[in-house]
Amino acid sequence: MTYIVKPKNHHPNLERNELGLTRRDYEGAISTLCAGCGHDSISAAIIDACFQLSIPSYQVAKLSGIGCSSKAPAYFLNQSHGFNSVHGRMPSIATGANVANHELLYLGVSGDGDSASIGIGQFIHAARRQPNMIYIVENNGTYGLTKGQFSATNDLESKSKYGEDNLFPAIDLCGMAIQLGASFVARGFSGDKDQLVPLLKAAINHKGFCLLDIISPCVTFNNHNTSTKSYDHIREHNESVSRPDFVPLGKEITAEYSEGENIDVALHDGSILSLEKLSDDYNPLDKKSALENLIKSEKEGKVTTGLLYIDPNAKDLKETINMTDKPLNKLEDGDLCPGNKYISSLNDKLR
Amino acid sequence: MSKIESINEFVIKFANVNGSGSASANQMFAKGVFRSGIPVSPKNIFPSNIQGLPTWFEVRVSEKGYLGRKDGIDIFVAMNPQSYYQDLQELNSGGYFIYDSSWERKFDREDVNVLGIPLVKLCLEFPNLKQRLLFKNLVYVGALSFMLGIDKEIYIKLIEEQFKGKEKLIAPNIRALEIGFEYAKENLEDACDIRVKKSNKTDGLILTSGNDAAGLGSVYGGATVCAWYPITPSTSMAESFTKYCEDLRIDPETGKNNFAIIQAEDELAAVGMAIGANWNGARAFTATSGPGISLMGEFIGLAYFSEVPLVIFNIQRGGPSTGMPTRTQQSDILACAFASHGDTKHVLLFPSDPKECFDFAVEAFDLADQLQTPVFFMSDLDLGMNDWSTPEFEWDDSRIINRGKVLNYEDLENMDTEYGRYNDVDGDGIPYRTYPGTHPSKGAYFNRGTSHDAFARYTEDGKIHAEVLLRLSKKYQTASKILPGPKFNQDKNTSSMGVIYFGSTDVSMQEALDSMTEEGIAIDAMRIRSFPFNLEVWEFIEDHDLLFIVEQNRDGQMRTLIMAEGGIIPDKLVSILCFDGQPITADFISTKIISHLSGKPEAALIGGTS
Repeated sequence: MTYIVKPKNHHPNLERNELGLTRRDYEGAISTLCAGCGHDSISAAIIDACFQLSIPSYQVAKLSGIGCSSKAPAYFLNQSHGFNSVHGRMPSIATGANVANHELLYLGVSGDGDSASIGIGQFIHAARRQPNMIYIVENNGTYGLTKGQFSATNDLESKSKYGEDNLFPAIDLCGMAIQLGASFVARGFSGDKDQLVPLLKAAINHKGFCLLDIISPCVTFNNHNTSTKSYDHIREHNESVSRPDFVPLGKEITAEYSEGENIDVALHDGSILSLEKLSDDYNPLDKKSALENLIKSEKEGKVTTGLLYIDPNAKDLKETINMTDKPLNKLEDGDLCPGNKYISSLNDKLR
Repeated sequence: MSKIESINEFVIKFANVNGSGSASANQMFAKGVFRSGIPVSPKNIFPSNIQGLPTWFEVRVSEKGYLGRKDGIDIFVAMNPQSYYQDLQELNSGGYFIYDSSWERKFDREDVNVLGIPLVKLCLEFPNLKQRLLFKNLVYVGALSFMLGIDKEIYIKLIEEQFKGKEKLIAPNIRALEIGFEYAKENLEDACDIRVKKSNKTDGLILTSGNDAAGLGSVYGGATVCAWYPITPSTSMAESFTKYCEDLRIDPETGKNNFAIIQAEDELAAVGMAIGANWNGARAFTATSGPGISLMGEFIGLAYFSEVPLVIFNIQRGGPSTGMPTRTQQSDILACAFASHGDTKHVLLFPSDPKECFDFAVEAFDLADQLQTPVFFMSDLDLGMNDWSTPEFEWDDSRIINRGKVLNYEDLENMDTEYGRYNDVDGDGIPYRTYPGTHPSKGAYFNRGTSHDAFARYTEDGKIHAEVLLRLSKKYQTASKILPGPKFNQDKNTSSMGVIYFGSTDVSMQEALDSMTEEGIAIDAMRIRSFPFNLEVWEFIEDHDLLFIVEQNRDGQMRTLIMAEGGIIPDKLVSILCFDGQPITADFISTKIISHLSGKPEAALIGGTS
């Protein structure tokens, strides 16, 4: 991988957002992933979501582990600080960064090897601690950089490109996250930007741990006709539970729904996530129903996508550990050091 | 029968059953001596167990201020029949063996004074069984108070302080103390010739542990984030930080915490959180011990190579592997100096007493920020978990936090060249950092463990990679100029021989040097306080023909470091090594040095017993 800077010049009539920025201002370096890689579509969706919400890039921190997915943060938001950490350990970096300054938007990008195998311990504990962050798993069921080994999210019946059988069942990160207490759990598909962008926008405005498990086909190693994570397979078996629309704070709801068919969820900042129900038994506010849905669709060989579970009022880590509102990295000497007066009284106590 | 006679110089050891509540009574005994004005060094010798196994508590009392561990016990308070036999063997001839004579027994040593106190019988007046067990401990403290002549009022005051807020417990505890005192007065009037006589040798001293001091130092050093995983003997360091934060860092107006303490799922996550927080501009640390260091390896390399400040408190214990979790060693020196794969070298600090634990904890955070690299605080179980008589803490209110080279909004705004995270602008190997969220269009960079150029961009260009490694070496040279320098025992070198030591060995070294001086052996001494070594360290080595290096590990790890870093010929450096998990003694050091000088170096350099 080399580092290629994109040319800066762009068309004068490009659409501008509330910050006066164009979509191109949210781009990153040129991707070095394979042509057609699902991960690039996810980067594009992140760029769209941030552009549309007028997020100042420098208020975003991009964090990742190791693998193809974890390279992706270099390909969007080049005015954001980034942290490409070690394999499977992005959650701890994100948690530490989060407590140091809770005011930034934390965008973690991981993969299925990074999260479901080497980093599953950190994934689990991040989900239960709930740092306020978005945790994207770019899920392709395979180890791309090391050339096509199965990952732990590869379905049991899904053979490798070379015809080998997969011997072990798949780990469902969404189901795990719901059980562990994550307060926003969604599954997306890199080929369905219309669903992905609103989900990302809602996640950006949700307070707590947001898991976005995004099926993102690997065009080189896992897109063959016996794979269950190929573009064709997902398109054929994708069952969306809802059609999401994100309405930012202060904006009028304009999307059209058939009455009684949608669920509006007010997020903590007052913005609204409006979900058009596509399935009768869909209730994303209920854990049990969310889990049952996942189990049912797995049995039927379907890939359920959309917002699976949300608890808009959950406590995030900052609240749980009663942290001050001023970011810890902005506390000054006077806030931090008790000075000589305390030392003197302590010396007396220790005699 | 001979009786050891002494005033203010003796070793007393308590043998108890783990989990029987003896520790606080034993601590109280030691504190009573300290408040009588005589320095003490209590040491808890405990099993890796919660209840039922033998545990010991050793207190050296020394008006001369010799507070290292010493072999040979003068008074044994033997409260555990399981260990009677072993305990009796440790007693010096003419020593005193105090046991619970509710069940009388014979002991087969003629040369010691066996003193029975029927502790359980004396406690029968307390109605509840649990109380009887606990108060038994106070009864022997009361008896010792009489036998050694320690002012009983001191203990009454200590009881009142300890049970402040639980007033109901004060009267029965004092009663237990009185029972023991009265029994000794009536039955053991002239039984013991060891005496505690009031002195003023504790003026300017406090009694505290290295872990407690390091936790306090972290508060004063401006740490706001502690991510840790419980492991003996570092746990009490994280707990100390928690305690001081709860006392000092809760915003009085909002009741909210100006700190974040996270008990992580393992050491990997603990150090990862500390790195994430430091990257984001909050001072953060983790506290651990050997096994934790091994687990943190990959992350330590990331912090080194991507130049993220980090403070790791390593409270060393007996290794290798799980080793002896509740015993002391200095055996992680090489593991920390070169932690992680690839070419890495790290900054180490070696505090020698709780006062220095406080000072170095404060310093560690400044150094990590200044050098943008991991800093290891190398304490050990003896220093970390035991209370030491140590100089009072000091603080200069004019001291300000030094965050090193960090560019703020104005700096970036006024910058007319392109910002490069790893640009060595000043030529000292230390580049400039920015915190995320500082400036809308300048200063962003990608922190990564992959090879990178001066602008933090990924590279596979070998020349650039080599340049970055060389710059990190330059930074390491810069480190050696700002780290705490060595301490010397002499103003000017006078001998062709020198002794080099570090950390908790200090307390035994002073006594060893004095005893060798008495025997006419002149030897210069240097205490190393940091790695990479400062110029003064090399000058001392250069100035001497023969150097003893005293360490509490098997392989002479500090010696290896000196040889490797300075190209010093091995013949010049003689190891004195104690690695049985017990704190090194003065006798051990002087005996080994003297036998080497007399041409009879002992073949096996085993243990802490001389």
